[in-house]
Amino acid sequence: MEITNYLGLAAILFAIGATTVLLRRNAIVVFMGVELMLNATNLAFVTFARIHGDVTGQVLAFFVMVVAAAEVVVGLAIIITIFRSRRSASVDDVNLLNS
Amino acid sequence: MTMQTLSLAPWLVATPMVGALVLLVAGRRTDRWGHWLGVLASAATFVVGLVMLLDMLGTPADQRVGTHTVGTWIDSGPLHVDLGFQVDPLSMTFVMLVTFVGTLIHVYSVAYMDHDVDRRRFFGYLNLFVAAMLLLVLADSYLLLFVGWEGVGLASFLLIGFWDGKRENAVAGKKAFVMNRVGDMGLIVAMMLLLATFGAVDFGTVLPAAGEGAAAAGEGTMTAIGLMLLLAACGKSAQLPLQAWLGDAMAGPTPVSALIHAATMVTAGVYLLVRSGPLLEAAPDAQLVVAIVGALTLLFGAIVGCAKDDIKKALAASTMSQIGYMMLAAGLGPVGYAFAIFHLLTHGFFKAGLFLGAGSVMHAMDDDVNMRRFGGLARLLPVTAITMGLGWLAILGVPPFSGFWSKDKIIEAAFVGEGWRPWVFGLTALLGAGITAYYMSRLFFMTFAGRRRWSDGGPGDDGAPERHPHESSRLMTWPMIVLAVGSVALGGILALGDRFVTWLEPVTGHAEHHEPVLPVWLLVTLTLLLVLLGAFLAFRQYAVAAVPVEPPPAPALVRAARVDLHQDDVNESLVMRPGQYLTRALVYSDRTAVDGGWLGLAGGIGRLGARLRRFQNGYVRSYAATMLGGLGVVALVVWVLAS
Repeated sequence: MEITNYLGLAAILFAIGATTVLLRRNAIVVFMGVELMLNATNLAFVTFARIHGDVTGQVLAFFVMVVAAAEVVVGLAIIITIFRSRRSASVDDVNLLNS
Repeated sequence: MTMQTLSLAPWLVATPMVGALVLLVAGRRTDRWGHWLGVLASAATFVVGLVMLLDMLGTPADQRVGTHTVGTWIDSGPLHVDLGFQVDPLSMTFVMLVTFVGTLIHVYSVAYMDHDVDRRRFFGYLNLFVAAMLLLVLADSYLLLFVGWEGVGLASFLLIGFWDGKRENAVAGKKAFVMNRVGDMGLIVAMMLLLATFGAVDFGTVLPAAGEGAAAAGEGTMTAIGLMLLLAACGKSAQLPLQAWLGDAMAGPTPVSALIHAATMVTAGVYLLVRSGPLLEAAPDAQLVVAIVGALTLLFGAIVGCAKDDIKKALAASTMSQIGYMMLAAGLGPVGYAFAIFHLLTHGFFKAGLFLGAGSVMHAMDDDVNMRRFGGLARLLPVTAITMGLGWLAILGVPPFSGFWSKDKIIEAAFVGEGWRPWVFGLTALLGAGITAYYMSRLFFMTFAGRRRWSDGGPGDDGAPERHPHESSRLMTWPMIVLAVGSVALGGILALGDRFVTWLEPVTGHAEHHEPVLPVWLLVTLTLLLVLLGAFLAFRQYAVAAVPVEPPPAPALVRAARVDLHQDDVNESLVMRPGQYLTRALVYSDRTAVDGGWLGLAGGIGRLGARLRRFQNGYVRSYAATMLGGLGVVALVVWVLAS
């Protein structure tokens, strides 16, 4: 199997994630889109590590996972707090910083 | 140092300064005795000066020039200025004039300002003036001279506007101050040029090097220095074109006019030029301009003096004219220096005496200054009439009074030379003497002779103001008598055997005797004839004929002279209005171009921000889309650059 297929998969996954973030309103679903993009990136990192025979990409993937885990913790906490105060998980309802 | 009393020089400045500080700082507490402290400070300074003078007289002539250095004042890289005092016959002459006449005027002021609640403050300012004037004449560098120069300007400003409750007085003070600033600018520029040319501003370095400086720096620089010094002198000494402030300065109390605006401060310009003699000799063009300015002012003041009805303003015009004589003499070179200072000295006596007399007349006439409402006062004010009469004869130059010895010498010196100069300057000086005789006689006859044009309260004096003239108190008459004695005798005593000229020689150098283009006996006769003619015309017009109480219709020149030959109009249209337009144009361009530019820029950025703010819509999705778009752009750029 061509190794570049992994990169194509990563690109498709990233595009799906990005589309999810841009189009969906539910904060949880947007969050899932973000996770999908991160994992697509991880896949690309690991693939490049494999291509170059260098473990740097794999190490970076680990970093991304750790940061993503931390981000999930903080992000979910924020979403829950917003839901408690506004009774809504829609990202369009939190536009207090508009002009 | 050969003079033992040289170290007393700082006390000449310190004594009146202490008096001024006590009077001005301690305030109302000294009201009761403050005026006597002022007199004491001035008199003590005179005594110190007298001790130094006697010591100097006992010293051989070639050792009379000395400097007393107190310490370093400024030490900054190549510039080194000492705080030092120049003691020589020239500065001692001024010290004696300032302290002697000053003390007399202090005494006079005690009575003259008797009813003024601010008498103590007045004496504080007078002492301040004496201190500053002595610093001016005793300084051993242009920079220290400048400190005194500004000090007398300050004292003059404070005293002209002393009765500043009236708007005109305050305006007059301000006018004098502003016009003096123009002259001061000249002195500042002159000092900068001296620093650039000689690397120093002290007399000891600059003056002996003047000739070499001219060779090294070129005559153009020396001419510039000379003209800047002349500008400074014009400002302080009320010479053309900076003469307009002196007439208005008469708004101050009369003792101030006598001391500052007749005897001492206004002659500081002459002192500056005589002191800077070697510099001027290195710049013959500047020297010629000095003489021309002197000759023009001489005529200007004399013409104005003929038409003034205000007794003090007539005397002020006369002062201007007499200082014109001194400037003319100073511009003639070494042949005139000694006579410039000699005339300055005698003028200091008789003009101060005349002003004090005018003050006495004003005292008797309820502060009226309009001579058309005087007349017939000789019988009622005998002491004033006699002392003013002696001053009048002195300024006319009638032998053997003081003015004869000094003014005739200037006329004689003006006739020395080659080409057109002796004729122009000499005839101007000669003509000036005749006009002087006319306007001073006019002043004297209008005040003391003829029928009275005021009312004594009796019947038949309809419309005339009611006055009860009486002779002034002894405190006022005694200084007048002393000054009158000086007006009579001083000139003759000092002129005999060329005593005064010899006395000044250590400073001014020995001037070779030159024969005037006309014989001396002819000049003296001509001068006396002109003086007699002037006095006779004034006698016929103002003593024999009745003086109209309103200024009669007159030819154009007289009408112009009544308003100071339109000096204020000229200044206003040539300097003030263009200056105002210039500042207004600058303000306008500042507002439109500079402010407008920056305000426009700020406004533009503000509007741009308002436009950009619309992108900040609060929707996370649109931010994410922007980021994605940005990422796409970055990827595109990288791809384009890489391929």
